Amino acid sequence: MSSMMDRIPSIPLARWTDQAIDYLQVEWGDSTQAFATGMEELIKGLQGFLINMPPELLIIVFGLLAWWLVNKKTALFTIIGLMFIYNIGLWKVSMDTLALVIGAVALCMIIGIPLGILAAKNTTAHRIISPVLDFMQTLPAFVYLLPAIPFFGLGVVPAILTTIVFAMPPVIRLTDLGLKQVPEELVELGKSFGSTFLQMLFKIELPLARASILAGINQCIMLSLSMVVVAAMIGAKGLGGVVWTAIQQLKMGMGFEAGVAIVILAIILDRITQNLGKTTRRENDI
Amino acid sequence: MAIIKVEHLTKIYGSDTEKALRLLNQGMDNESIKKQTKQVVGIRDVSFQVEQGESFVIMGLSGSGKSTLLRCLNGLINATAGKIIIDGQELTGMSSRQLEELRRKKMGMVFQRFALLPHRTVLGNVGYGLEIQGIARDQRDQQSLQAIEMVGLKGWEDSYPANLSGGMQQRVGIARALATDPDILLMDEPFSALDPLIRQEMQDELLEIQNKLQKTIVFITHDLDEALKIGERIALMKDGKIVQMGQPEDILLSPASEYVARFVENVNYSRALTASSVMVKARNVVHPKDGPMTALHIMERFGMSSLFVTDRLGKLLGYINADDASEIVKQGIRQLDTIIKNDAPVAYPDTPLYDLLEVLAHTKVPVAVIDESNNLKGVLVRGSVIAGLAGERRESNE
Repeated sequence: MSSMMDRIPSIPLARWTDQAIDYLQVEWGDSTQAFATGMEELIKGLQGFLINMPPELLIIVFGLLAWWLVNKKTALFTIIGLMFIYNIGLWKVSMDTLALVIGAVALCMIIGIPLGILAAKNTTAHRIISPVLDFMQTLPAFVYLLPAIPFFGLGVVPAILTTIVFAMPPVIRLTDLGLKQVPEELVELGKSFGSTFLQMLFKIELPLARASILAGINQCIMLSLSMVVVAAMIGAKGLGGVVWTAIQQLKMGMGFEAGVAIVILAIILDRITQNLGKTTRRENDI
Repeated sequence: MAIIKVEHLTKIYGSDTEKALRLLNQGMDNESIKKQTKQVVGIRDVSFQVEQGESFVIMGLSGSGKSTLLRCLNGLINATAGKIIIDGQELTGMSSRQLEELRRKKMGMVFQRFALLPHRTVLGNVGYGLEIQGIARDQRDQQSLQAIEMVGLKGWEDSYPANLSGGMQQRVGIARALATDPDILLMDEPFSALDPLIRQEMQDELLEIQNKLQKTIVFITHDLDEALKIGERIALMKDGKIVQMGQPEDILLSPASEYVARFVENVNYSRALTASSVMVKARNVVHPKDGPMTALHIMERFGMSSLFVTDRLGKLLGYINADDASEIVKQGIRQLDTIIKNDAPVAYPDTPLYDLLEVLAHTKVPVAVIDESNNLKGVLVRGSVIAGLAGERRESNE
């Protein structure tokens, strides 16, 4: 059996991939670099904004946001957690990480929600998108982390792009799922009153899929945060950078501090965004 | 004028309907078509018309094709063959823009499970149809509020559907369908999900609204009592075909097939039958000129204690009873005029028997059935009413 299999010549997948990357780099290198520069400016701007804001003010704003969207308990946790981060001297790097996550999640939404709509509305699109998403979610991050460098250089941009590859699938999947779960009768309602395609989408389908889409965004945020350490390997600073340095220098305490800060950020972002979905779900429970 | 015309409509579900359609036209039954072609027949060769302002009920058990038929009328389901003409426009072959326009302006739909948008208030739900037509906020709200008031939900316009009971939710559904002021209301088992008491209340209210607005209603139900109450005409469906179509009484009194007969077996006859279908001819009447002796003679002969009095043309004047008649015989009066009573209970030929049961239970004299100009058309006596309720077919008693 194995001898027969051996007679089939080996497929040079690795060489082909190398060639493709080389080719793309020569042909598209300049434009991807230009894109990288533009995006870097945006993220740097956001990082600068968060870092230049007085920490006290920012902590109060986050606290109020948590109070308004969730409850007093979460608000208290938010304030104490952020004060703790400030206290252990990780404020600036945490804001770098936050900016990175906000940038990545914003891009995931801008690209992911329309793709989710497309997948829900068009069977062919769904058939193409679905395996690509499987690919994105299961391909080990390091495999596409390194090829990103020749295109976008070291720094925030490849970090964000690799984060997107990893974190965008749930946005697409849950948008798709949310739209498909709109009850048949409500779709009929929209049609029977003469709604156009866009009216159906914006007045009926997207509002009803809101809980599902928000769950996707929540997942996207959590996955983005889990990528910051990996992204630090290609030059994204922030909390991931601290962890990465700690690992290299075997500074356990420093690594633990940064790890705890990541967890605090994750819990705050999770509670706030998770609750956005829940309020709608309650309305839907009839 | 017929506002809805359906001609030889057929709907076959499946990917290759052509062969199935050919077999269907050759007269093969649904089951065999399914076996041979894997295609499912939803509707087969259905034709009917609905007049402007008519309440047309399509009745059948689940799987009979009634919901499919309703959805063909507004193009939610595309027919495989046949024609649908709504208000002179042919539905089949319309562009999607034309179809949208038709749905917006001509038809409103009411759904079995209400189909309210949970993220909108009552006002927002009712205004949906107007909103997508691009009607300005002020006018939209004003029209919506009118519709909300009509269904009796005034004061609830800012509530969310989740906070309303089932009956109230369906009122919102009806208000939404009325808000755009369409000519045609398509109602898909609108009251099936409600409990029996609320259902009856809603039926009564629908009839009331219909009295005011005179819309054309196509109403789907699996409940014969409901069909008989709402429908001016009823089409009974089975296996995608209309097995009988006619006025409620036609279906009850002369079922076209064994299936229809079984369907109507358990019906509550008091709702379905009207006074005219159980009355007997008023054989024995007297005229005012007839003397009391004649009247007494008739009463004695037929064993009655009272007698209706009409004029020569058959107009009801009242009734007399035996005691009064014997009294004036003693006094030597030859005319009946003085003893005619006019408090006899009356009914019109189309009064439902259901509304007369209480009257019949308490009255000492028979109920007179009269037309608009007071002509005596017949008499309801308890015996004939009970026979009618027992489901006995009408004898030729003319």
